[in-house]
Amino acid sequence: MRAAEAFIKALEQEGVEVVFGIPGGAILEIYDALYDSNIRHITTRHEQGATHAADGYARASGKVGVVFATSGPGATNTVTGIANAYMDSSPLVVFTGQVARHLIGNDAFQEADITGITMPITKHNYLVTDPKKLLRIVKEAFYIATTGRPGPVLVDIPRDVSMADIDFEYPSKVELMGYKPRYEGHPMQIKKAAELIMKSERPIILAGGGVKISNASKELVELAETIPAFVVTTLMGKGSISEYHPLCLGFVGMHGSKYANYALAESDLIIAVGCRFSDRTTGNVAKFATQAKIIHIDIDPAEIGKNVRVDVPIVGDAKRVLATLKKYVEYKQRKEWEDKVKEWREKFPLRYKKDGFKPQFVVEKIQEVFPDAIVTTEVGQNQMWAAQYFKVKHPRQFITSGGLGTMGFGFPAAMGAKVACMDKEVIDIAGDGSFLMNIQELATCVYYNIPVKVFILNNGYLGMVRQWQELFYRERYSATCIGCEKVSFEKIAEGFGAVGITVEKPSEVLDALKQAKEINDAPVVVDFRVDYQAKVLPMVPPGKSLKEIIDEED
Amino acid sequence: MRYTIAALVENKPGVLARVASLFRRRGFNIESLTVGVTERDDISRMTIVVSGDEKVLEQVMKQLNKLIEVIKVSDISSGSVERELCLVKVNAPPEKRGELVELTNIFRGRIVDVAKDSFIIEITGDEEKINAFVDLMRGYGIKEIARTGKVAMVRGAKK
Repeated sequence: MRAAEAFIKALEQEGVEVVFGIPGGAILEIYDALYDSNIRHITTRHEQGATHAADGYARASGKVGVVFATSGPGATNTVTGIANAYMDSSPLVVFTGQVARHLIGNDAFQEADITGITMPITKHNYLVTDPKKLLRIVKEAFYIATTGRPGPVLVDIPRDVSMADIDFEYPSKVELMGYKPRYEGHPMQIKKAAELIMKSERPIILAGGGVKISNASKELVELAETIPAFVVTTLMGKGSISEYHPLCLGFVGMHGSKYANYALAESDLIIAVGCRFSDRTTGNVAKFATQAKIIHIDIDPAEIGKNVRVDVPIVGDAKRVLATLKKYVEYKQRKEWEDKVKEWREKFPLRYKKDGFKPQFVVEKIQEVFPDAIVTTEVGQNQMWAAQYFKVKHPRQFITSGGLGTMGFGFPAAMGAKVACMDKEVIDIAGDGSFLMNIQELATCVYYNIPVKVFILNNGYLGMVRQWQELFYRERYSATCIGCEKVSFEKIAEGFGAVGITVEKPSEVLDALKQAKEINDAPVVVDFRVDYQAKVLPMVPPGKSLKEIIDEED
Repeated sequence: MRYTIAALVENKPGVLARVASLFRRRGFNIESLTVGVTERDDISRMTIVVSGDEKVLEQVMKQLNKLIEVIKVSDISSGSVERELCLVKVNAPPEKRGELVELTNIFRGRIVDVAKDSFIIEITGDEEKINAFVDLMRGYGIKEIARTGKVAMVRGAKK
């Protein structure tokens, strides 16, 4: 059998339903084989769009995202999307075409050393040098991408390998000498953690993206209710517990609420689950939660002790560890702590000045009209306002580029999420700068009828950078004005065949959103012309501790 | 502080690049790195000497373990036999040859090449011994040095 056909057959056996990609010379053979398959292919308009779409697809569905790209520029265009998936532990398998084996190393047309380039941003990668090993590598790639701490795997397939003749023998299991993820937490460590919890007077759970990846929300909430402990989340962990739950304090860190940050900073025990203590979450790490002992549950041993000191490390899968841990703890009332948190919560709510046309107001209205939608975000102010003002109910409802902070992620990710969940509404809360970075995918959404909605908080600036210039660079707005008040996103949308709406004032917001909600046969772009001076607050200034968080009045 | 790490890795092309890339990417400092085959032809052994504190050592080991092709990582900084091999090409005019032969014998080295005006001396041992020998040779005029970097093995029964 032609290797390309065997390859497609292998993907079918892996249960792949959708591939995002763009064909080209070195991967033609594989696309030819794909022609006879039932696997759906979405031809994006840029390979970066394909990787983000596959990432959004993976995060919304919990399945693996699959990407095809050709050699050279096709492959290098996937790099940002791969790095993004790597930082946020999203399972992707990226297949790239490569020039024929005898040309590798000769600087052939459209040759790039993509395995060399992606080495530090993939969980693992392969260059297939022997057609007989192709199917085993495919099997390993899916296994590695989806098990343990998930991540992107790249497989580079030379053109002549895909043309070779091989037998279709798809391996049923994987044998990797050096890869054996550990799922069960050590029982002794779990008991130690339970003892610390029972002794604690001010416990708090810090839930990260790992809770969502492990599908451990139920176990998380049960543990929180049993102890009981307040739950703060990282940005990636947003949604791991419903934000309507009385124990949920929302997200924490640089732009988290004051009360969530105070609660984390003043706790005496942090039960961290599936998070990596990034600098955006901890603030100044030397002054991070100085009175707290730390229990750290993570499937990746290398995350434990990497950024903060840990008292009880537990390596294992969040779902299993949390379920076991719950058995060893009992309810204990901690009135003083509960009152204290309640007081902070009442005293320091999230707030903004309601004059003018505020982006926060737009997000509040989006939440009102689309309470159950899957929300993706771009990166910057739009992302933080979405995180602050859009309360989510479900674990896979909020999709954002947390680690890499990739502008241009949200829109293609929304497209991928919509492909995964056609029955759900999918919206991208965007900024004007970010949306322009992958706006070409509007053509894809129109062509395949993927009716996502893009809500642009258009302030004409690279707003988050502008905010830093205002606060820390004496209002010297170097290169941050991008003048999108002169751009008609409405006309651009129409030009692509989508629906465009422009909203100039707050009174028009609700109607525009309702109008957008009614349209389900085309993508909709709504351009909200918001105040450009609006800032994301509160904020932990860089280098400061969580307790030094500032608000408008400070 | 310097640590010696032994890593068993799959004997495949690209593994060395992965390990080297990891060290560069995470900012770990490699002092020496050697690779060779083991008793199994599908497994190689790397001996890596890194400098840093205990936290660095812990991260190096954990990050190495994350590489799919790395099978086992051990810290063998203490209780192990360490050896390095060094070739020294040294000036050897006729009147100094006797001295050089004697010194080589004292260090249990071997003269492996004799030319008109120079010797190549082979010497093995731990780092200190080799440094001492190289220092001695400086007086005669070293033309060239090649050192292998360290290989090491824990004493006693295989764990």
